[in-house]
Parts: sequence; structure tokens; C-alpha cells
Amino acid sequence: MAAISPKMAEEVSQTAVPTPKSITLVISKFNPNHESSYKFVEFKVPVQKWTTVLDAILYVKQHLDTSIAVRYSCRQASCGSCGMKINGKPSLACYTKISELNSDIVTVEPMSNFPIIRDLAVDFTSLFSNHKKLKPYIIREDSEIVGDAKEFLQTPKDVEEYLQFSYCIKCGLCNSACPTMATDSSFLGPQALTQAYRYVADNRDKGKKERLKMVDESHGIWRCHFAGSCSKVCPKGVDPAMGIQLLRGYLLGFRK
Amino acid sequence: MIKMRESVIMKIHYGTALGAVALVAIHILFRMTQNFTVSLQYENVIANYHLLPYSLMLEVVLILLSIHGFNGLRVILLELKQGIGYEKIVNWGCISAMAVLVAYGSRTILMAGMGIS
Repeated sequence: MAAISPKMAEEVSQTAVPTPKSITLVISKFNPNHESSYKFVEFKVPVQKWTTVLDAILYVKQHLDTSIAVRYSCRQASCGSCGMKINGKPSLACYTKISELNSDIVTVEPMSNFPIIRDLAVDFTSLFSNHKKLKPYIIREDSEIVGDAKEFLQTPKDVEEYLQFSYCIKCGLCNSACPTMATDSSFLGPQALTQAYRYVADNRDKGKKERLKMVDESHGIWRCHFAGSCSKVCPKGVDPAMGIQLLRGYLLGFRK
Repeated sequence: MIKMRESVIMKIHYGTALGAVALVAIHILFRMTQNFTVSLQYENVIANYHLLPYSLMLEVVLILLSIHGFNGLRVILLELKQGIGYEKIVNWGCISAMAVLVAYGSRTILMAGMGIS
């Protein structure tokens, strides 16, 4: 066996996997069918530098409490399933590393402004119905599959108008952070309004008039107070607050 | 009855705010033509109402602020609670309160202008 110099040994020890430290994961538990109020349960969880909040929750589910309800799927911030409040801020559990939270206590709660199904899983019915209501698709009579036109051409500038808004993964974090949604249950919400802008700004779409009419009602676009918290929590870099203001521009006559 | 679109209501809301800011600024500037305490003395206040353009401006300020204020209140109440019946009460309640305030304020301006106390 070859001898290892002290310098090499030092390098080896630096690259070795560090001993996991442990944190306290506090999980909000609540079953609306059987309980009247929620409770916080603490768990000691070993974490590494790369451990995400979702990993920690799944560790608890696997080893300590199998009853915890959590929704997740892709683990790479693409599906938008694992939204929850992490230390009070709406975030994706799979996209939040525990080491980045700089805290030995991590509290996870279900997202605000949504009905709770159980523990960390919330009901997305209103999110999806509002999204669907605003017709999130290109509306036009003709189609690229019939007639001479093979595709609807757009310049890079045309695409820039709506591109960032098309990154929405419908995780609901913006609706959870919205202060208007906290009191106005009929409000369309930043997610749906932003998607309305995404299609209104798309020059292939011909449903602008129809969509503007839908958002221009008493619980529509005018109830946004431009707090901007929706933009702050979006994990995909979408700026719903800006999308809403741009959409207002159409209704105020600043944009055509 | 024709329902006004929310965008029209909000355009009125923003317009009345801008108008009120401009006219209230003129109103404040008028207070600066003399010592502030003196300007609030009974005779001076009544004298303002006897000046027709000034009392007309006060009437416009009253209308603008009533529209803006009660629409603001309507928005707050609509965000506070939802429901068809509740929203109808809030809408009509705010319109009625606005009309009452404008009527009462106009009566005061008119009476002061005519020298009736």
C-alpha cells in the first residue's frame, strides 16, 4: 500500500463527505376532517449541505412519521407540486436547500390562501379554475394545421413581450403570498391574471377583447394593490406584479 | 340598469383623485395668502363662500372627494367580504352615502354663500 503524504491526507479529508449535522424540522399537522386546529410537530433530521426541505420532509415520512401528507413529484422545480411556507415564506420545498435558510429550526406549513386537504397538501381547485376561466390558450379562427400557413411567425421582440410569463408552473406560491387573496376569496389572483396577460400580449392570439372583459370585473384586475409579494416568491423568475400592471395598461388605454 | 365596467369606475377613481389633489392644492395656497389662523376666522371663512368662483371650486372638491372616498370605501368593503347580496348592499350603500354627503355639503355651501346661518 502506497504511503500518503500529510498534504495528500489533508486533501482527502477535505473531499470526504462531512458528518451530517441535524436540524429541527417543525411540521404543521392538520386534518380538517378530524381536527379543529393545527399543531406543530418537531422532528430531528440529519442534513447535508445539499439536503432540500423536501428531502428532509421525506426523511421524516420514511423514518419518523409516515402519516405526513405532502404533495411532490419532479423534485426539480418543474411540476409546481411541493409549494409550502418554509420559515414563513412561500417556497418550493424541492428548490429550497436547508443550508441556505441559515437556521437550525425549519418550520414548514401549508400555503396560505388555499383550503387545506391535510398537513402540507392544499386544494388547488380555485387556482386551476381561475386559470382555466381566463382561457390559457391561443384563440383564433385559423390554425397552423389547416390552410397555407405552416406556422405563425413571431419576431424575437414579439416573443419577448410574453416569454417570462410563459414560465409559470402553476405552483400557487404567488397566490399564497398575495395580500388581496387573503381577504378576497373571489379575487382572480396573480397567477390567473398573469396568464391572461401572457396570452393578451401574444400577437398570435385573437382573444384579447374576450380576456380583457373577463378580468375587468369587481373581483378582477383592479383589486391588485401592487404589493409585489407575488413577484418576490416566484421560483421561476416570473414577475406577476408587472404582468398585472401591463395588463391594466390595455384597460386604461396605454397599450393597444 | 346598465352596469358600469370596473375599468370605467377605476378611471373615474383615478381622475377624481388627480382633480382633488390639484384643487385642494389651490385651496391650501389660498390659506397662505394670509396668516393661517386668521384665514380660519369666522368672517374670513364666510367671505370665501361669498366669492362665487371659490365656492364653485369648493363644490367641485366636495363632489370629487365624495366620489373618490366612497368608491375607495366600496373597494375596501368588497375585499373584506364577498357575496351577491352583500355586494349589492355595499354598492348601493356607497352610492347613497355619496349622494347624501354631496347634498348636505352643497346645502352648506349654498347657505353660507347666501348668508343664511
